[in-house]
Formats: sequence, C-alpha cells, structure tokens
Amino acid sequence: MRFLPDDEHRDLARTLDALLGAADTPAAARAWAAGDHAPGLALWSRLAETGVFALAVPEEHEGMGPLPVELAFSFIELGRHAVPGPLVETVAAAALLDRLGHPGTAAAWLPRVAAGKAVLSLCAPESAGPYALDADAADAVLVVDGDALLLAESAGPPQPSADPVRRLSRPLGGTVLARGPEVTAAAAHAAGVAALATAAQSLGLGRALLDRTVAHVRGRTQFGVPIGSFQAVKHRLADTLVALEFAQPLLYAAALACAAGSRSAPREIAAAKVAAGGAAYAAARTALQLHGAIGYTEELDLSLWIRKARPLRDAWGTPAACRARVLAP
Amino acid sequence: MDLDHSPADDAFRAEARAWLAAHVPAEPLPSLETGEGFAAHRAWERTLAAAGWSAVSWPRAYGGRDATVLQWLVFEEEYYAAGAPGRVSQNGINLLAPTLFEHGTEEQRARVLPAMASGEVIWAQAWSEPESGSDLASLRSTAVRTDGGWLLHGQKTWSSRAAFADRAFGLFRSDPGAAKPHQGLTYLMFPLDADGVTVRPVGRLDGKPAFAELFLDGVFVPDADVIGEPGQGWRVAMSTAGNERGLTLRSPGRFTAAADRLTALWREHGDPADTALRDRVADAVVGARAYQLFTWANASRIAAGGTLGAESSLNKVFWSELDIALHETALDLLGPYGELGDEADEAPGRGSWAEGYTFALAGPIYAGTNEIQRDIIAERLLGLPKGRR
Repeated sequence: MRFLPDDEHRDLARTLDALLGAADTPAAARAWAAGDHAPGLALWSRLAETGVFALAVPEEHEGMGPLPVELAFSFIELGRHAVPGPLVETVAAAALLDRLGHPGTAAAWLPRVAAGKAVLSLCAPESAGPYALDADAADAVLVVDGDALLLAESAGPPQPSADPVRRLSRPLGGTVLARGPEVTAAAAHAAGVAALATAAQSLGLGRALLDRTVAHVRGRTQFGVPIGSFQAVKHRLADTLVALEFAQPLLYAAALACAAGSRSAPREIAAAKVAAGGAAYAAARTALQLHGAIGYTEELDLSLWIRKARPLRDAWGTPAACRARVLAP
Repeated sequence: MDLDHSPADDAFRAEARAWLAAHVPAEPLPSLETGEGFAAHRAWERTLAAAGWSAVSWPRAYGGRDATVLQWLVFEEEYYAAGAPGRVSQNGINLLAPTLFEHGTEEQRARVLPAMASGEVIWAQAWSEPESGSDLASLRSTAVRTDGGWLLHGQKTWSSRAAFADRAFGLFRSDPGAAKPHQGLTYLMFPLDADGVTVRPVGRLDGKPAFAELFLDGVFVPDADVIGEPGQGWRVAMSTAGNERGLTLRSPGRFTAAADRLTALWREHGDPADTALRDRVADAVVGARAYQLFTWANASRIAAGGTLGAESSLNKVFWSELDIALHETALDLLGPYGELGDEADEAPGRGSWAEGYTFALAGPIYAGTNEIQRDIIAERLLGLPKGRR
C-alpha cells in the first residue's frame, strides 16, 4: 500500500493550479453569472488542452479515461479556483454516454467532449433535482426521465439562484435517445461520477476558503495585533483544517474504488461527498465570520467561493442522501 | 496511489485473526481500572506476549515481530474487531518504549522492554502536577543529585494506571537555575513501591481509580534509570508526545470496530423514522473510515521516509471528538439502558458502551488538551502568529 498521491497526480494538480491561478477565474465567473459565457468558454478550451475532459472519455472515443483518480485531482483544482460552468455535468454526461454504449450517440458527443468542443449539461431529477446546471451554455442537455434518456429541445430560462454563477433551469421538451434498464444503470453510474467530482470541487473550494481566510487574519489588525493571534480565531481555523484534512483521504479512497469498479464505490463516494461537502460549507461559514463585514459583500471575490459551498454540498447527493447511502446494506 | 495490502500483510492479518479467535476471552474481563480487573488484564498481557502479539512493531530481540507500521495497524484492526481486552500496558508500550528506542541505552532497552511486553512490569505516566497541566514546562518536582543517582521530591497527579502499576516515568527539574522553564529537566523512570513513594488513587468520573496522585519524598533513582542526558528531558519527552498524538496512542482499529458495533446496534434497535439518529450513526462510520484512511496515508508517508510533526495534532483532535460522538450516539440508541453503569447486569454490550463513553470523555483532555492541539495546528500548520494563551 502506498496511499499517497503519485508524482503524476501532483504534477497534474500543479499544472492546473498554475493555469487557473493566472487565468483570472473570478472575472470569468462574474461574466458567467451575467450571462456572458465567452471568458468561461475560453477557459474551458484551455482546460481541455490539459486533458481534463479527456479523463472522462475512453480511448476509443479519443479520450484518455475513464480515470476517476485523475479526475478527482483535477476537480480539486477546479473547485480551488471556483471555475464556472457545467464541469461536473459534462464529465457525468460523458460517463453516462460511455456506460450506455450506444455507438452513434457516444461517437457523436464523446470525442467533442474530450476535445473541449462540447459543453454538456445533465438533468437527473432522481439524484440531483429538477434543474440542469448552465444549460444555456451547453451544446446539449441530457435529461434522465425514469428509464428514458432524452436530448432536451431547449435549455429553458435560467432562474435566479443562490450562487449566481450556477445558472439553473428546467430543460424543455426533447427526443428520446434510449430507453430501458441500461439507461437506469448508466444514469446511476453517472450520478456516482458527478458526486465524486462534486466532492472534489468542494474539497478544493474549502482549501481556497481556508487559505484566503488565513491570509486575512494574519494581515488584519485589531486591538493592535493580528486577529489571527486570538485563540477564538485560531481554533475555528484549526477545526476547518481538521475537517478538510480528514475529508481528503475519503475522496482519494472513493476515486480509487470508482477506478476499480468496486462494489463499495457508491458508499465510498457518499462518504467522501458528505465529508468534503460539509467541510467546505463549514469553511465558508468560517471565512464569512472571520472576514467580518467585508466577507458579507458581493464585491469581494471571496463571495464567489462562499456562495458556491452550500450548492456544492447539496448537488448530486444531499448530506442526508449520502448518509443514508453510507448505511445502505 | 493504492490501498492494496501485500500478500505478506494479508498473511499477517490471517495469523493474527486466527490467534485472536482462539484466545480472546469469551467473557469480558473486569474493568482494568479495578484491582481485580488490573490483575486479569496483566494476565492477558502475559498470554499475548507468550505468542509474540503484545508489541508487534518491536524488534524480535525484545519480544516483538519486527512488524511494519502498516502491519501494526492491521493487528490493531483485528484486535479490536475481535473484541479483545483493553491494553493495561499501553502507557509503557505506546509512550515509554518509543522514547527508549529513540533515546535509551541498549542496557535500558534489554532490561525494560521484555518485562514491559510480558506485563511483568506495568508502567504509569507521571507528567502532570497540581500546578502544571497544559503548561507542563512549569513543573516543580525535583531530581536532586546524590551518590550514584538522583533523589525525587514533589507531587505528580492524574497519573494514569498508577493506582495499580509497578513503575512510572516522567519529567523532573534537575537544574533549578536553568534560564528557561523547559531547560534543566530530566526524564526518569522510578518504582512506585519504593521508599518515599505514596500513591493516592483518584476516582475518575465513574468512581473507578483510573489514575492517582503520587507523593515523592526522597525517592532514589539510579543513574541507569535516566533516559537521555540529564537536563535534556524536555526534548526527550516531546518525542514521546509526538508518538502519543501521532500514530500509536489510539489506532483506527478501535474506531472502525466501534463503528461496526454501533451500526449493528442501530440495525437492531434504531427507529427507521429517526433520520437524525441515522445521520449520527453514518457520521460515526464516515469518521472512523476517514481516520483509518488518514492513518494509512501517514503510514505511507513514514514508509517513504517521512516523519510526523505537528500533523499529529490533527489526529488527536479528530479521534477524541469522534470517540465521544460515537459513544453518545450509542447511548442515545440505547434509551433508558444507556444510563446503566458498565458493571450493571443488564448493561448493553456487556458494559462496553458505558465504559467506552466514560473513557471517551477523557480523550479531549489527556495527551495534550484539544485546546493546546488547536493552538499547535493554528501556529505550526496554518502559520498564525503566537498570542496569549
């Protein structure tokens, strides 16, 4: 056993971190929230060049995957930089099409996903509620309706949401692509991939919230000293780190179980999701509290991270649903 | 990155499982915090040692099996899954032995370790004093130079196992003129039945004498029982503290086994409509798994030549709070039976939940309070400035 990231995992994370750190993701996120997808889609293309989307696509469709472990390491970085867009939904939809194995549909979409030429959204009411994320920016919106898989006719109008960067809509109409138990099985697999990627995003988001808050309390002076020297502040940040540090190995283990196709994968993914989602949400609460009033403002970029924590905690598996799955016999 | 056990580790697991299945007492032993229970647990240590299972990670020369950290974790998983008795010798094995391996002499190791492994000598710790708890470096008990050794004076307290143990180890002020509090301290081993030692057992919350006060009045300690150099005791002791918090004190096997028992209890007694309680059971399962995985990552780091430092404070905060939450959940599941003491005839789980809860309540206090651990995490891992405590 060597339960540590390999060198290539570290390299992958470093590459993405460097790329995204220099890409002004807050500006792209703000534009995305305003309905201007251009900066976000430009970023999407650059991410595709690093191979992020190819990780979800098999070699036969011009991808490199499926590689759940590498996908998890990538999505940690996407979460760390609050990258906008239906990233999770695109890789989950790719997993669905791959698992479904309908040659025509898979060949039509998967190579384009791998190359960053297709943005997908996925609406799966049974595992993720009635809305599709960022459907207005997607080239295709897949809808799981019972045992049928539909290609939606239109994205539907986006509704205001708690995180304006996450644009939610109810897809309208559609044509049936496939029907039957194989759709149900493929949709369950896709929901697992989505939960894993969302958990990874949460972990990265929580790390960024902690880092920004540590920097703030080191610099912010009150009563003549940095507020980070106060025990009440320190202990809250220590607890934030503890929660993130113990969520991380659950995420790695879930990714390994997913890669191995292990029977325990759904339980492991659920454990990682509830832990990472909870840790990131707690990090957001801590970030808000320790920044004080400035943290409550929209104009501070921190808001892009704070507002995403709760939706990510709940997307593709609420805490209650994950806990039930952990105990499922 | 992988989570695969090697064939050698699987064989090790199978051997441990088979031995435990054949030897773990069918009936639980009386509480090790009582005189009768202490004797029964000492006898169990002898049984373990005779088969080479009492300190698997030690070299064979001292009674171990040269087990890797990972194999030790495997053994602990099997040990607690088998429902085997608590380890009355753990103060010695987990705290003193690592110190002897790092700072002791070969003569000390050869003399102390085999008797520790067999349970012939049970060790108590003697750190805290009435005026020195978290601020341990302010301790005032003294070691005064005498012909061929040292004379100990002063008072130690909260000394775990000392009510029934044979010997103790701890820190004493040997140079009262040293410039700073943590200088001029010496790490010594001393007998609890010697002239000048008075042991006053102290009942913990449930009344059992789990620890004791020690009054020391001119207790002679030969030079051979000083660990490391006189005056270097703080450095020597801190390496023990790192071990205690790091990997060795509370192995994940305790918590994965307890989480499995909690899950079984919930399946048997839980109200399916009570999703709040279900969520707490799930959190205990997730927490135990997280701790197991976190520890495997640390074991991998050590196997790759790394070390644990302030990271061990993360561990201590996590398992101590997990332990309490897990046992509170069990007691809530048990309803009115959760109030029964561990020795009650009708105590569920043959008293294990009541005993486990009482024991868990001490977790955030001993081995460095969780407040101290959070200070360490904040200052050494997050880089926050030191402030007034």
